[in-house]
Amino acid sequence: MQISIRRVDNATVVDVAGDIDLASSPEVRKALLHEVRDNRKPRVVLNLSAVRYIDSSGVASLVEGLKASRDIGSRFILVGLSGPAREVLQLSRLVKVFEIYDTEVEALAARV
Amino acid sequence: MNRDLLLKIELLSDPKVLYVVRGAVERLAETVGFAAEECRSVVRAVDEALTNVMRHCYCGRVDQPIELYFRWLGRHSKSGRRKGLEILLCDRGPPVDQSELRAQRPSELRSGGLGLHFIRQAMDSVGYERAGRTNRLRLVKYLPSEKRSERA
Repeated sequence: MQISIRRVDNATVVDVAGDIDLASSPEVRKALLHEVRDNRKPRVVLNLSAVRYIDSSGVASLVEGLKASRDIGSRFILVGLSGPAREVLQLSRLVKVFEIYDTEVEALAARV
Repeated sequence: MNRDLLLKIELLSDPKVLYVVRGAVERLAETVGFAAEECRSVVRAVDEALTNVMRHCYCGRVDQPIELYFRWLGRHSKSGRRKGLEILLCDRGPPVDQSELRAQRPSELRSGGLGLHFIRQAMDSVGYERAGRTNRLRLVKYLPSEKRSERA
């Protein structure tokens, strides 16, 4: 699993590639919470287009990122959901909880 | 040896091997005859079950034993027994509190219990028993044609 961070305008874009499972979800959680809580950009965009697998611990990491962003009044946005990521979010019935866009451009342009 | 045994995997409780197990289980499910979506369901169920063992039974210790058995169900039966895949997951952790095995409906911003929810969604049957010092989780998924014939 690989994580890379980009600053785009007034947002942080977190690109994740590979499998998010019990072995790698702590790293995802740590990166997301760091970007939300410490860097405090008004918008954190998580790009999941290259995620091949995500388990319940990965979903829990996304939920923690969302909770942290709500705590400080920022936005936590998912983009480019791969088939496996969308399938798992639908199964978890959390898909409507997240703000989701098809592309990074849409996520960065989206107004509240 | 049980002629219905398809595969046996012995592994240690190290999350780094989950990736390897998922690959093997996906190929195995394809071999048994499941469609792609069902293969993903079986993979998800096994992965979540292993994750639960690693996190809750072994509390993150990475050197504890786990065994996985994959067996044909009803393959040689002439009596119309349903065909499918049986998966037995064995660990040597402390007994599982069965009340914790009840899957909870996911709700907004509560991710706890999701793994068990995924397992129950993926499989047709989920059972647990304590045998001596071993926890045994039995997962069963039937082939789709078997499900259709049962409904008919």
